[in-house]
Amino acid sequence: MTDTRKAPTRSPDPIIQPRLGVVGWLRWMWRQLTSMRTALMLLMLLAVAAVPGSIWPQRSVDPPRVNQFVRDNPTLGEWLDRFGFFDVYSSPWFAAIYLLLMISLIGCIVPRAGVHWRAMRAQPPRAPRNLTRLESHATTELAADPEVVLEAARTALGRRRLRLRRVEDGREHEVAAEGGYLRETGNLVFHISLLAVIVSVAVGHLWGWRAEVIISEGETFISQAGRYDTLQTGPWVDESSIDPFSLHLDRLDVEFETDAGGAQFGAPRLFEATVTTTDEPGAPEEQQVLGVNNPLHFGGTSVFLLGNGYATVTSVTDGDGNPLGTFTTPFLPQDDNYYSTGAIKVPAAEPQLGFYGAFLPTLRFDETAGPVSDFPGLVDPGLVLGLFEGTLFPGGRPQSVYTLDTAEMEQIRTSDGTTSGLLLRPGESTELPGDRGTLVFEDVVRWGGLVVRHDPGRIPVLISSIVLLGGLVTMLTVKRRRVFVRVTDPGEAGAEPGARHTGLMVAGLTKGTDPNLQGYLDALVEDISAAVATKDSE
Amino acid sequence: MTNQTLAQASDIAVWATMVLTTLAMLAFAGHLAVTGTRTRERTSATARTEHRTAAGSAAPSGSSVAVLATEEPAPPPPSRRWGVIGLQLTLLATFGLVAGVALRGLSVGRAPLGNMYEFALVAMMFTLVVYSAWALRRDRLWLGLFVTLPVTLVLAAAKLSWYTEASQLMPSLNSIWLVIHVTVATLSVALFTIGCVLALLYLAKDRAEAKGQVPGWLAALPGTSSLERITYGLHIVAFPLWTFTLIAGAIWAEQAWGRYWGWDPKEVWTFVIWVVYAAYLHARATSGWTARKATWLAVAGAGCIVINYTVVNTFFVGWHSYSGI
Ligand code: HEM
Repeated sequence: MTDTRKAPTRSPDPIIQPRLGVVGWLRWMWRQLTSMRTALMLLMLLAVAAVPGSIWPQRSVDPPRVNQFVRDNPTLGEWLDRFGFFDVYSSPWFAAIYLLLMISLIGCIVPRAGVHWRAMRAQPPRAPRNLTRLESHATTELAADPEVVLEAARTALGRRRLRLRRVEDGREHEVAAEGGYLRETGNLVFHISLLAVIVSVAVGHLWGWRAEVIISEGETFISQAGRYDTLQTGPWVDESSIDPFSLHLDRLDVEFETDAGGAQFGAPRLFEATVTTTDEPGAPEEQQVLGVNNPLHFGGTSVFLLGNGYATVTSVTDGDGNPLGTFTTPFLPQDDNYYSTGAIKVPAAEPQLGFYGAFLPTLRFDETAGPVSDFPGLVDPGLVLGLFEGTLFPGGRPQSVYTLDTAEMEQIRTSDGTTSGLLLRPGESTELPGDRGTLVFEDVVRWGGLVVRHDPGRIPVLISSIVLLGGLVTMLTVKRRRVFVRVTDPGEAGAEPGARHTGLMVAGLTKGTDPNLQGYLDALVEDISAAVATKDSE
Repeated sequence: MTNQTLAQASDIAVWATMVLTTLAMLAFAGHLAVTGTRTRERTSATARTEHRTAAGSAAPSGSSVAVLATEEPAPPPPSRRWGVIGLQLTLLATFGLVAGVALRGLSVGRAPLGNMYEFALVAMMFTLVVYSAWALRRDRLWLGLFVTLPVTLVLAAAKLSWYTEASQLMPSLNSIWLVIHVTVATLSVALFTIGCVLALLYLAKDRAEAKGQVPGWLAALPGTSSLERITYGLHIVAFPLWTFTLIAGAIWAEQAWGRYWGWDPKEVWTFVIWVVYAAYLHARATSGWTARKATWLAVAGAGCIVINYTVVNTFFVGWHSYSGI
């Protein structure tokens, strides 16, 4: 051992302190880290450290809100960002706390498991000399031989699943028993499952992915990395291994509240998609219902229906009547009444054309706000658009399909010079100003927003949580108890041999808190007495 | 879709409950006053005796009661009449609130667990049910005031500031896991509420004893070590239930949103509460931590529940919806 070496002579310190050495220090640190006190501190620290993530917006939950916050509070935002307050749950300090807690946990579990293993095969300890000193005890006198009472005590203890100590010479008049080892087993199972939960979450993070896509009624989606609107992958995900299912959105049924007044008017009531799916290209088709709280599963990948809205079907022809395309364009809802914005892009036009504006399921013109929607359902739909001309994709940069990048576009004015937009109802068509052609608003369909999730840690997390709960309940309900029984033989009290008065004393010890120990001992005495009495009457 | 008559009947039942719990509070307060004065008379008699018998070293108070019996006749045990009236009123209030919750559920044709108002109603219903069941089996008259008081306050707050018209649920809330998750959550909140009340009583009595001045209402309670044990006993029932709440919530989140855990404010606080109560249970088993210090952690846990319910539900969510504009 390094820490037992002699102190080097070249240090002439007058005060000679015991030197710990590197190993000694490490061992000291390990002992500190794995102590209950440190575990407790880390637990409290974990609780405190989790709170900021509920106060400030988090990138992992809602990135636009983080940007908004930083724009509104530039100085505070910058400092918060520097210390990771917008990524609390992936910040180094949060990770430090739970990693230390995990290490502490391992350092705690391993030796405890060893101790418990040995305790389970060891004999219960001997009864102490003075039983009345123990936490709880009970006594009685029985008219029976000491051997009969001892036998009854052994049976009663055995029936309570306590383990008995072997009888020793000179201690024939006592029984030592111990039970409730399951408490410690439950404790270990609980703490180990805690680790298992954390490891399973990590597995899900490393090999899991989450993607989003919007599809309109009548469209088919094939699952591939490049086809999703957004795709977030864990560090060790192989994108070519994404399950290649396909999904055709046959119909999306949405209903809104029309009866109730107040805030409930217009609240969504039904939200359900009918889809035709295949597990992989060429596999047999299957019609299924995808709803809220009712996901679909393809292998280890689940599909959830989380959003909905309207998509317009429009077609555009040029000034000579040549078709430039038919477009199914999703519009994104901006408020509870589905005031929705979107962009129709016509790259085939010469020069390119782009329409930007709003779709309103229940259109009303407000004096100040302009076009608004009064109800989320399709009562009186209208499409209000402005027309732009120029380059749709400047520099070929990727851009959102829901907005128009107008950096290199110009808004087209009507002949009287105003920029007032085009208004169309389903089935209507309008001439574009300046003989640029025609826009036909053919139809309105719905779109569904799908979230697709692959999480290999999901089932392991579930299983370890259930085991964790079982361990917890076991450790909190089972009581670890030591029970000692001693009989005293006062000799022949009366003339008749049958009238012996044997003193019975039981006493108990518990680990932790056990408010029922006294009741347990009283019941034990009662059982023994009853057994002795029935034996007597036989 | 919602039945207005039943909804109104539910409102009336809740108002009636509040009247009953207020009356029960008064009766329980009377009980504490009577018992407290008697207990103080007995202990001050004890103290006098102790003064006479113990020359120099103070005898343990347990043994001096025995001495007292030989010297002065002990006053008769205090009347329990007020406490029993309080308990009877509480039982009526419990039925009232169970009816209020049931009528609310019938009026909307679903489990009444859809908004803050209903959540508060059900949590207080469980608090009354747990207390009543407990008090029918053990002598818990001394606890009555400290259960009916928070129940009355929470019901008043629910009526005045969180009242929501009876209505149907958003589709995302329409799940069996909502019922499982929220029912168990409210039950554990009820147990934690009573646990917190006991923790505070223990702390108050412990401090008063340390100072040497125990006011009557505290003298009427059980001894500190027994209070502490009851506090712990309640928490070890509530903690696994809260653990289950956490797991059930994650299962539901997985089905509804496609992820079992997303660190949204509600989830963060459910987790924080869990960790704080785990710390309480740990602290109790940690050498170097006194029961008093550990019990403060239980109080902190209850504080987190209050924050989770008030601040997180109103402020954080409100913030969220502002940003959408
Ligand atoms: C990671 C978070 C942890 C949680 C949530 C947790 C939770 C718990 C709970 C609820 C108990 C039951 C207490 C009781 O019987 O009243 C317990 C007991 C215990 N824990 Fe942990 N624990 C954690 C970490 C640790 C660590 C890191 C250690 C080791 C240093 C540890 C060591 C123990 C021990 C020794 C007991 C038994 C106490 C006893 O009853 O004697 N725990 N834990």
